[in-house]
Amino acid sequence: MNSQFKLSKWQLFAWATGLILSAPLFFLLLESLQGDSEVFSHLWDTVLWDYILNTVLLVVGVSVLSCVIALPLGWLTAYCHFPGKKQFEWALMLPLAMPTYIIAYVYTDLLDYAGPVQIALREWFGWQSPNDYWFFDIRTLPGAIVMIALVLYPYLFLIFKTALREQSFKLVQASQLMGLSPWQSFFRVSLVLSRGAIVAALALISMETMADFATVSYFAVSTLTTAVYDTWFGYYSLTAAAKISGVMLLLLFLALMAERFSRRKQAVFERQSGVNSESLYILKGKSAWLATLFCSAILILAFIIPITVLLSYAITYFDKAWNAAFFSYAWQSLKVAAIVSVATIVLSIFVVFYQRVAKQTYPLIPGRLASTGYALPGTVLAIAVLLPLTLVENSINTALEPYNLDIGLLLTGSILTIILAYVVRFYAIAHGAIESSFVRISPSLDMASQSMGKSLGQTLRLVHLPLLRRGLLTAALLVFIECMKELPAALLLRPFNFESLATHVFQYVSDEQLELASISALFIVIVGFIPLYFINRSMEQRS
Amino acid sequence: MKKALALCLGLVTSMPALASDVVNIYSFRQPFLIQPILDDFTKQTGIKTNVVFAKKGLIERVKREGKHSKADLVLTSNFSALIQLEDLKLTQTIKSDRINTNVPAAFRDGDGQWVALTKRVRNVYSSKERLGALPELTYEDLADPKYQGQICTRSGKHPYNLGLVASMIAHHGEENTKSWLEGVKANLARKPQGNDRAQVKAVKEGLCNLALGNSYYLGKMLEDDVQKAWAESVSINFPNQTNRGSHINVSGAVITKYAKNPKNALKLIEYMTDNKAQNVYASVNMEYPVKLGVELSSLVASWGSFKEDSLPLDEISKYRPLALKLIDEVKFDL
Amino acid sequence: MSSLILQGVSYHYSATQVLHNLDLTVGKDEIVCLLGASGCGKTTTLKAIAGLIETNQGSIFIDGKLVSDEQSFVSPEHRNIGMMFQDYALFPHLTVADNIAFGLNKTNKEQKRARVDEMLKLVHLTGCAKRFPHQLSGGQQQRVAIARALAYKPSLLLLDEPFSNIDTQVRFELIADIRRIIKTQQVSAVFVTHSKEEAFAFSDTLAIMHRGKIAQQGSPEALFAMPKSKEVAEFLGQGIYLDAQALTATEYNTAFGVVKSQVAHTHKTKNGQLYIRPHQIELACKNCDENGQAITILSRRFIGSAYVYSVVIAEQEIEVAAQYGQSFEKNEQVIIKIKPHTVNFFES
Repeated sequence: MNSQFKLSKWQLFAWATGLILSAPLFFLLLESLQGDSEVFSHLWDTVLWDYILNTVLLVVGVSVLSCVIALPLGWLTAYCHFPGKKQFEWALMLPLAMPTYIIAYVYTDLLDYAGPVQIALREWFGWQSPNDYWFFDIRTLPGAIVMIALVLYPYLFLIFKTALREQSFKLVQASQLMGLSPWQSFFRVSLVLSRGAIVAALALISMETMADFATVSYFAVSTLTTAVYDTWFGYYSLTAAAKISGVMLLLLFLALMAERFSRRKQAVFERQSGVNSESLYILKGKSAWLATLFCSAILILAFIIPITVLLSYAITYFDKAWNAAFFSYAWQSLKVAAIVSVATIVLSIFVVFYQRVAKQTYPLIPGRLASTGYALPGTVLAIAVLLPLTLVENSINTALEPYNLDIGLLLTGSILTIILAYVVRFYAIAHGAIESSFVRISPSLDMASQSMGKSLGQTLRLVHLPLLRRGLLTAALLVFIECMKELPAALLLRPFNFESLATHVFQYVSDEQLELASISALFIVIVGFIPLYFINRSMEQRS
Repeated sequence: MKKALALCLGLVTSMPALASDVVNIYSFRQPFLIQPILDDFTKQTGIKTNVVFAKKGLIERVKREGKHSKADLVLTSNFSALIQLEDLKLTQTIKSDRINTNVPAAFRDGDGQWVALTKRVRNVYSSKERLGALPELTYEDLADPKYQGQICTRSGKHPYNLGLVASMIAHHGEENTKSWLEGVKANLARKPQGNDRAQVKAVKEGLCNLALGNSYYLGKMLEDDVQKAWAESVSINFPNQTNRGSHINVSGAVITKYAKNPKNALKLIEYMTDNKAQNVYASVNMEYPVKLGVELSSLVASWGSFKEDSLPLDEISKYRPLALKLIDEVKFDL
Repeated sequence: MSSLILQGVSYHYSATQVLHNLDLTVGKDEIVCLLGASGCGKTTTLKAIAGLIETNQGSIFIDGKLVSDEQSFVSPEHRNIGMMFQDYALFPHLTVADNIAFGLNKTNKEQKRARVDEMLKLVHLTGCAKRFPHQLSGGQQQRVAIARALAYKPSLLLLDEPFSNIDTQVRFELIADIRRIIKTQQVSAVFVTHSKEEAFAFSDTLAIMHRGKIAQQGSPEALFAMPKSKEVAEFLGQGIYLDAQALTATEYNTAFGVVKSQVAHTHKTKNGQLYIRPHQIELACKNCDENGQAITILSRRFIGSAYVYSVVIAEQEIEVAAQYGQSFEKNEQVIIKIKPHTVNFFES
């Protein structure tokens, strides 16, 4: 049958992508099922439950705090007029460009015993020693929650704001007529309607939180991620590390199930007429200033203070920090990020297209498989990727032996490993962005194109791709930022003489000498602005 | 077809220049600590060095890479890594008269699988202001209730601390060491966090009075504008001078089993044990050289001579896995 | 030669049988309407004809050529058909001209331009060539859609509820326009809708679809007057069922008197039911010396030209219009008379 054969081409590619990108996860799970549970049992009897508790508290804490920050911000910017609103709309996204370990370090420096804040307080009040007063210690679990939430809330902010925009403001107005105050309509109308979007954003935030390593290790908060690290390199037990990874993945799975379950109950809403700018709440007097104050406070805490501190370091320590090798670090980071962005986009176009045109019963599976890598934190990912790659490499070399050839470490010894690891990890981002763009294209366009003599491939090229342009750009930029910031996998997988901006920064942060890497850190943040600008603009244009 | 494939892959991979003379190093030691020595080596011999630095995971990496590993040499920052490499059969025999002359037998593996390059002591720093120097302090004292709320240390799981705990087990046995750990934990001023320097900083700030730290950090801190003040607020103490001597750890090197440039690797190790390099270790890094007769830096010399714990590192290292278990059992870091 | 033949076509999706041994014929230059309730399989049939889904059984011939059966399958891009959709399906990123030219594959630029101009003229949209779809009204977009579908001279046109999204005011005007355009282009069409008014206005032949099969195919008048099954009868218009016995070839006995048929019928059994439509029922006042069974007027409704009265006959509620000059009140008792007509008798 002609068409069945043609579809096989797409099917083959989609399934190949799905299987290859999920292979690391399976290898990891296999490894974790190996014997030798001695180390794991020991941990189970001693510290594992504390790790689990800390991880759960961290994730829940970050989720709650992100809601407290992002939901009001989203509501204010979507439905109200107040001084500075237009600037806040995009400025509140900026913290996303900042890696968590940088913001963590900056605040530790500021709020430490020997930091400017406490020194000023002591001078002011005449206290002499730590026993004279109480000041909160930032290097604790609550401190980590605050740091991570300050960096990740923009995900929720953006998604919630967009969801609100896509709901009809008329619903809020109707609730006004029924006597609800703005507060009440926020809780009983907007929040409820956006439940699906909120839960999706929180799922994303939870995954990022669980994957964080740099901040929690710096703050000496023991979570499952740090446990993976410790177990692999402390106990030298890959199996135990893999088992702990398994526990993490289980938690993640539960969280994702909860997310999916809550979405199931929500009807699919067609995009209704957007917000008419004249019909927004116009805040006056005290409420206006309160809104501005709240937005400013978050912006200052999450972005302005850290960037100012970074700038001051860069200026003060310029001589020591400026490294002629800086350009090579930047080049490495940019090169890797660019290749990975392109690769993930190309792959996800084909996989999502397959989902669209497939007639088989489970077209969603390849895409879901390929997206599993997102759940793996950097350190775990590094192990997971090395497992199959080494296998492949060894097999190739064994096959070539009779010919006296070998490819050496062509795979694992080059940046190919990092690129593959990043593609595995960040594929999900590209897939999600492209999937939501694809879904907006009516299926009748496909049917029209086909009836007019165009094959599936031509339809993809002539009809879908032009319409997906904005989605592609958004996807590429999102993946780009993540690659620039990524750290643990790069540390473990890098080939000789490979130094990226992130690895360079981290090396100094972990020695409490961020000043010396401040220029690289600034560069990471600045490069992170570019995609943010485009994402925000595309969101604006859509609504 | 195979060639075309290889060519394509080559476009993506950035292979290091297949220079004539090269030695590829996996290093646990930070670049700024060893780069001067490596640069000197290249100047002298013309052999280029390529370094991959990572705080963790290099051993795992070498193991995975197997016979295709690019690493010729692994530089470690503590002793247990050397033993681990040997146990995993990732090393090859180091045969060199020069090295044998340079390095005393106690700091070379009996089977020639590793060589120590520098020595460091696990000191206890005490606040000048509040406790003064404590020449008779022992590690065991750290569990004494009189020091409650006064001790700062980095994570119990860090190799430096693990080595110390292992030596405690070697001398006192598991039970006693566990009680000791519980006692120390009760005396902590704050949850273990940061690195060795951060502990000295905490003493300066008045958060604690005693800090565990390696010997060379004091010297490095005195060289830094900001950290100088920290260093000046503490006295350096060599514990257990009244009985067995202070706990020693070493940094060292192995030649990997599948090294592609074993001769160059050997040359590098020889260089590192020679006077010039040992001098750099001593004067620039503030470490104790393994080669006898090399002058210490004036600062290090000013600390005076001291008794070293003579229990062979081989012995101590046996208890490292147990040490890790105990740390978790008493939940030291939590 | 027929433009389209479907023979015994079956299709199931998961566990549901959507098309059930379906037969359909479209003659040359004929507009056939597939009429049925939602979910009966109309759009699926269109997709099968277009080749967008693969049937499990049966054959499909377009212009005498086999395009689908159990052994072979011609993919959609090779079937030379045109399609129109409820949401117009114009490519938003292309101009009107580029949209229309989309299916012109084997022509050069000159020829393309000429053909586009020709089509624009046909649909009365000359001058809109450079506009984009979102700048046009619904009716204009649908015109572009038909221009696009006909540009490459397909042998068959498939229309999937194309008028559902058109403003009611302009809908029938558009229907007439597009029917005229199709007729001038000499192309056959299969038109899918659930609205019988559209069906009556647009098509030459009706095919009533019910649960994946064609219940009856024929001219609208024939189907309306002589439905072969109850489903067809009910779909095409309101009515009530009266128990009846056949007395002769043209007379039937009911509780409301003898009903005369204008056409002779043969019967296999004498017992059955008559399907009576509202316009075949006459209301007469009870006291105007008429005999017959009395029923009560439940309510009445003013529709502009007259009143319609809600009554219950044989336990079924139906609205009946009054004759010119008649007027009844609520709760008044009236007599039912059934006028002679081509009866629909369904045997038991």
